[in-house]
Amino acid sequence: MNRAVNRSEEEVARFDNVGLRYGTDREVLSDLSFTLFPGRFYFLTGASGAGKTSLLKLLYLAQRPSRGAIRMFGRDVITQPRAQLPSFRRRLGVVFQDFRLIDHLSAYDNIALPLRVSGVREDDLTQPVLDMLDWVGLGHRADARPATLSGGEQQRVAIARAVIGRPDLLVADEPTGNVDPEMALKLIRLFEALNRLGTTVVVATHDVQLLKKVPDSLIMRLDKGHLSDPTGALRFPPRRELSG
Amino acid sequence: MPWVIAIMVALTVLAAGGALAMANLAAQARSDLAGGVTVQIVEADPALRDAQTRRALAALEDMEIVQGMRRVPDAELQALIEPWLGGGVRSEAVPLPALIDVDLNGAADAGTLDDLRAALGPIAPDARVDAQAQWLGPVFDAISALRWLALGLIVLLAFTSAAAVWLAARNALNANRGTIEVVHLLGGTDGQIARIFQRSAIIDAAIGGAVGLVLGAIALKVLGAQFAALESGMVAGGGLDPVDWLLLALVPVAGAAIALLTARMTVLASLGKMP
Repeated sequence: MNRAVNRSEEEVARFDNVGLRYGTDREVLSDLSFTLFPGRFYFLTGASGAGKTSLLKLLYLAQRPSRGAIRMFGRDVITQPRAQLPSFRRRLGVVFQDFRLIDHLSAYDNIALPLRVSGVREDDLTQPVLDMLDWVGLGHRADARPATLSGGEQQRVAIARAVIGRPDLLVADEPTGNVDPEMALKLIRLFEALNRLGTTVVVATHDVQLLKKVPDSLIMRLDKGHLSDPTGALRFPPRRELSG
Repeated sequence: MPWVIAIMVALTVLAAGGALAMANLAAQARSDLAGGVTVQIVEADPALRDAQTRRALAALEDMEIVQGMRRVPDAELQALIEPWLGGGVRSEAVPLPALIDVDLNGAADAGTLDDLRAALGPIAPDARVDAQAQWLGPVFDAISALRWLALGLIVLLAFTSAAAVWLAARNALNANRGTIEVVHLLGGTDGQIARIFQRSAIIDAAIGGAVGLVLGAIALKVLGAQFAALESGMVAGGGLDPVDWLLLALVPVAGAAIALLTARMTVLASLGKMP
């Protein structure tokens, strides 16, 4: 019993027979069962329309599944009261495919947003936000509005916003889709650096070359809403439990 | 939205000011007439009428409940009927009753009137005793109906204001949906997001309310001055006192409260549809 509880606490996310359909259409995701463990780096691959974004939406709690169970950080998020979900979301960092920066806020304010939402005092957030701007190489663009930033700069602001709160789980949807290969590699290095600090990272991409850039990463492959596990790390129950 | 709220508040101030003025008018009239009684001696024979009137005056003078009285002079009676019958009407041709204006110590209720009738009956059999307030009964009823109408108007205006804020909040929600979704996904609570809209609604309501209050107050002052110019005794009692103005100053506060609650409920209802 205790062992089960301990294992559950170790899990960042656990999906059990999860299915998702929009309206009355057929399921876009079917029978997803997997576990994400802390400190690992996952790539989610698949062709366009395979369901990558839908799976990520389930992970960052923007969507509720049509069936199945989802546990985040050891707790069932499907049966949680809606008012409890913000506390889960604050442990997540999300890089949206379209960045979703807030147009009327500066780069500084966009990055500060998660901290403000979490109730961090202005005095306490200034230095971390400035450090983060420097970290993504945008220290000189703190006051710039998103519309005046290039695609790559917007991407880095989005990433900085996602990681400023030191999330337990970072979810990135095609984060290198709009940047050149050099910048893509730079962004992946940023994710790796964060991963080394203990954050679990899930990056959705259809760029096969990118997978080779992170040697220790695990790969989840989606095909028409079904998940395959070429690296064997996502088996449910996990392989180590079967052998142990 | 501030202009919509300004118009709503101005109309509400007008309706509420009218209701308060009518309440004051009715209260003043009631107070003036509360102890007033009219005794009519309805006798065609001038000699008999005069005799009964004198006996009635003497009897009334001895009664403790009577504070004061006066016989209405014939000239005053003639003036009263002049608009209908013209001047120079001879009392032999059109016999007029003798009128006694009586002020009582207390209210002219049914019991007191019965006591007066009992006292006057044996000495002035043609005396008719009526409370003066009774003559204005239909006027009081009309004033009461107008007050209810004003109250209904205030309620309707409150609903309309709430609907305006609801529409504005929904428009603002739709215009800022992207931002709201991002804040929501970053862990923002419904309360945090609602507070942003509440702040916006209350600023609009404060600006609109202040403008509306000034407009409504100016309109009330102008109307008050015009009614005062009528120099009618009854209308003169329908002014607004400082407490009334204080109540009217609370109208924009109530408007702001309605805006705040409506914005909050609208935003929370909309956010409730998000996962």
